[in-house]
This record gives sequence, C-alpha cells and structure tokens, in this order.
Amino acid sequence: MTMQIADTVSLSASDARARAHAAAARDNLRTEPRAVRIVIIALAMIFLGVFVVLPLVVVFAQAFSRGILAYLAALADPEALSAIKLTLVVAAISVGLNLVFGLVAAWAIAKFEFPGKTFLITLIDLPFSVSPVISGLVFVLLFGAQGYFGGWLRDHDIQILFAVPGIALATTFVTFPFVARALIPLMQEQGTQEEEAAVSLGASGLQTFFRVTLPNIKWGVLYGVLLCNARAMGEFGAVSVVSGHIRGETNTMPLLVEILYNEYQFVAAFAIASLLAMLALITLIAKTVLERHLDEGQDASDH
Amino acid sequence: MTIEVRNLVKKFGSFAALDGVDLKVNDGELLALLGPSGSGKTTLLRIIAGLDWPDSGEVAFNGEDALAQGARERHVGFVFQHYALFRHMTVFENVAFGLRVQPRAVRKDEATIRARVRELLDLVQLDWLADRYPSQLSGGQRQRIALARALAIEPRILLLDEPFGALDAKVRKELRKWLRSLHHEINVTSIFVTHDQEEALEVANRVVVMDKGKIEQIGSPDDVYESPATAFVHSFIGESIELPVQIADGVIRLGDRPLRLAADGLAPGASRLFVRRHDMLVGPPGSGAFEGAVQHVRNFGPVQRAEVALSGGETIEIDAPRNRELRAGDTIGLEPRRYRIFAG
Repeated sequence: MTMQIADTVSLSASDARARAHAAAARDNLRTEPRAVRIVIIALAMIFLGVFVVLPLVVVFAQAFSRGILAYLAALADPEALSAIKLTLVVAAISVGLNLVFGLVAAWAIAKFEFPGKTFLITLIDLPFSVSPVISGLVFVLLFGAQGYFGGWLRDHDIQILFAVPGIALATTFVTFPFVARALIPLMQEQGTQEEEAAVSLGASGLQTFFRVTLPNIKWGVLYGVLLCNARAMGEFGAVSVVSGHIRGETNTMPLLVEILYNEYQFVAAFAIASLLAMLALITLIAKTVLERHLDEGQDASDH
Repeated sequence: MTIEVRNLVKKFGSFAALDGVDLKVNDGELLALLGPSGSGKTTLLRIIAGLDWPDSGEVAFNGEDALAQGARERHVGFVFQHYALFRHMTVFENVAFGLRVQPRAVRKDEATIRARVRELLDLVQLDWLADRYPSQLSGGQRQRIALARALAIEPRILLLDEPFGALDAKVRKELRKWLRSLHHEINVTSIFVTHDQEEALEVANRVVVMDKGKIEQIGSPDDVYESPATAFVHSFIGESIELPVQIADGVIRLGDRPLRLAADGLAPGASRLFVRRHDMLVGPPGSGAFEGAVQHVRNFGPVQRAEVALSGGETIEIDAPRNRELRAGDTIGLEPRRYRIFAG
C-alpha cells in the first residue's frame, strides 16, 4: 500500500482550506449530544488505526523482525542498491520534465485565452483517469518490438522498453498532472495584473517570469513537485509493464518489493518497503508545511 | 507629451468596446475618462498603455505611432484599480522594480536607485513604509505606492484605471485632492478612468464622457455639467429630471398639457426635456411652465427634496431651498431656470 501513497494524498491545497472553514462552521452549529460525538470520533480513530497506522507499523515491524543488522544487510544488497538508484534517477527525470511541462501548461492555461483551452485542461487530467497499467501498455504499443516505432528503434539500436528511458517515460506520463494541477488554480486566482504591471514598468518576458510570476507561485511549485516525486517513486503499475523486471537493472523499489515478497524474503521486502513508507511520512510532513505557506500567501492577497 | 487617438475600434466578440473613438490629449493635461461600466473607458486606457490592441485605428504619442511599440517600450506609467503591487516584494522593492529591470546599459547604480526610490516614497509621503509588504498596507497606502512605482520609470504618460475605485469614500476624497496637487507638481500628461462623476469633475482639467464605446462629449468640467451635449451626458452627470415631451406647431406638450416654454428652433416630434433638480424654481400656482401637487417632502441639510406630481402625468423630484417650506398637498408652479431638450 505504500506504493500508492500519492493516491491517498489530497491533490489541492484548497481542499485543506475548505476543510478548515467547514470545521469552523461545524463548531458554531454543533448540536449533537456528547455521546454521539464520542462514538463518531472513536469510530473514525479505530478505522484510521486499523487501515492506516497498523499497516505502517507492520511494515517497520517486519523490516526489523530479524534485527537491525539483517535490515541493513537487506538494504546493502546490490539488487536493493540498484533499485534505489534507479528509482531516484527515474524520479529525478520525471519530476524535472513535469516541472517544465507543468509550468508551461499552467502558464498557458491561466494567463492566456486560446481555442482548445478547455480540451487541454481535460487532457491534463487524463493520466489520473487511466489505469496505470494501460499507461504502461501505451508505451509498449508505441516502442515495443511489434509497436509503431519498434522497427525504427531496433534499426537504430535504441533501447526504450525494458530500460531506463521507458521507465522514465511511463513514470512521467503517470505523474504529469501533479505540477500543472497544483499551479492552474493558483495562477488563475492571481490573474495577470502583476505581470501587466511588470511589463508596463519595462520588464522583459523573462524578467517578468522570474521576478514576478515564479516568486508568486513558488510554494505551489514545491507542492506540485513534492506530490509528483512521491508518486514517481511509488509508481508500480505503469513501470511494471515497461520495465521487464531485469534484476539489478530495471527493477525500481516498488517492483523489487513485490519480487522479494513473492520469493518469501520478507525482511528484504519490508526493508525496501520501509524506505517507501518513510518517503510517504516525509512527504506528508512537507505537504503540511507547504499548505501552511500556500494559505499564508492566500491570506496576504485577500484584501 | 501629447496623445492622439484616431478612429479606434475594439471588439470583444460581437460586443464593440470601442466604436470609433477620436481623442486628443494635450501636453501636461489631467484628463478624466468618465462613463458607466461597459462604456469602453478602461479598454481605451489599456490600448493607450499597450496592454490591449485595437482592431483598427491609430494611437500616436507626440505624433509618433505608438501601436508600433509594445507596452514595455512605451514608457507609460499604469496604475491599476486593484493596485497590482508585487506581493512578494517590500514597498521599497516594488518602487525600485522599474529601475532594476532596465537594460544593463542604462541601468543606474544601486546608490542612485536607492536615492530615487527614497525620493519617490517621500513624494507620496510614505517613506516610513519602505520595509513593509503590500499586504500590511491600507488600500489608500497601496494605491499611493502603486503610483510611486509607476512614476519611478519617469513615464511620458501616466494612466490611472479607476485609481480610487476600491477605496472607501473618505480616503477617496483625500486622495483626489492629493492626486490633483501631485499632478500640479510633476505635470506629466495623465489620463484617469472613473465612473464617479464627482471625481472626474473635481480632479480633471478636461472630462471625456463615454457611453457604449463612443465619446459623447469632451469639455471642461463646467462644460459637461452646465451644457451637456447629449441626452446621455445630461442624465449621467448631475441629478436630472427627465420628461417625455411632444413638440408640434411650435408648442411643447407634456402629456396633453401645453408648457409655457419657447419651442423656437426645435424639431417637431417626440423629445426629452432635461432639468437639474435644483434648477426647478418654486412659485405660486399658475406661475411658471409647470404646475403640480407636492406629494412628499424630506429635508436634506440646506435643501428640501419634494416629490411633485405634475399635471400632465409625470412625478418628479426637485431640490428647493428651504426659504419657503413646502408641505404635502401644496399646489405649486415650477419654472425651470435652465433646461435642455433633446430629440428622440
């Protein structure tokens, strides 16, 4: 379940704000008897405990079940190290690409009017609505031996499938919406007046972008990058289709967890899983901090 | 710097925001663009600034084609209704922005920039706010900073889009006076957009009244108030009584009642008669052009506002001085001291 963290992480900071407002409203209108409140809260806590906290504890318990030395040995295994390295490389590539794509897409959508804009907005969400397995299969159809570009790629000796480029492509596709989604509402709300002011003061396009637009959305960018990174490292479905599961070469951490688990190497499987779980926890903390910054930015502009 | 606008047309879809606008702005003038929302005044301002582009027409600064230049090259200071201050920069950095983004070849050194910013903050009397962020300022302070920022680039023209529109009434009045004296001091050609007639009449040297993408009248504040050129200007500026009248055979009629007003030189047919509320002089019954019965009286400081049902069928509101108390039920004669009749 740690592989799917991004799915459990909410997508927008405005959700958090809406929740805060709703909580305040509830306080004012609260009429339920004390007993009912206690029962409801207890139910929620028990549910959270069984479905979220318990699995997290189990991951770490299993990882350390043979002691810390076994845990460290599992992580130091060449296969594990290679998987960790590959995961980091793939995440860096796809976060980098999506940062650029997301910024460009959000900039175009929020600041300009053009035909086909609504279509583009819908298209950006496509990777979220398609099963990751399908996303992976798309790349197999394109670049596989029998695929559209398969022959050409083979003739030119370029390896995309079952190699780093394929894994990076599939991951980039699956995580594409995160940065754009975080930025579009923010940029739309900020409008174009500050940019217009900058231009009328003599700033060039690049100066306007780096001195006015980017500083205004920096927390939103970090927020999008954070979620994008979490999902990129945890992605299983799409990567599983295009990776080929070559041990020590094209296994990412989530893939390795599954393989090790299927081979009954529980300590090794859960040791890798514990790294992903820690990533999830760090992401959650960072997300909370960023949401606070985003809210502050909001308050500052609410006048 | 003079500005000349010739036959400007701008359409948003099928809506004509500007429908053939011609305008000449003199050097050093403080001009008001006055009109209801949707009259095209902001669009005109944005086109002059280079933030919008016309479908056709010309804009010239000192006889030089301005449309050939982008907003960046035009050297126009623009002040936005909602200030558009850079929220992540201090007041000081906001004002310094225009100086810092200049091309390296002409950019001043840091000490000169600092001195210039201090000078501008002094000019808008907010030097003590230099280290604050925009979110920590009041609306009036923000607008003054926005003005200082626009002035930093020593603009050839200063454009203000509803500069006081987002402020409360008291601050507005103060800033109006302040803007007038500031303009007197720096004397740069300025245009400001407003929908508030009081603001336009009080601040500007000349007022341009716009409606539906066209200019209705250009004139001094006195001109547009005292001699409105069109029915729209008369009804938009000042509080006016508007009466539908018929002109036939040299007689002006309200309903079926002939009015004792000269119809010389007026075209026959349906027309509209305009009178300012305070230009209706109250006399005894039988005197004056109109006659009516007082329905209701309220006192407003120096004047009494009376609702009068005219014989002829219309009910009007007049502002009369309080030297003669009116009472509900009185029958009175009314003589328009000044009035205008527009055909249609």
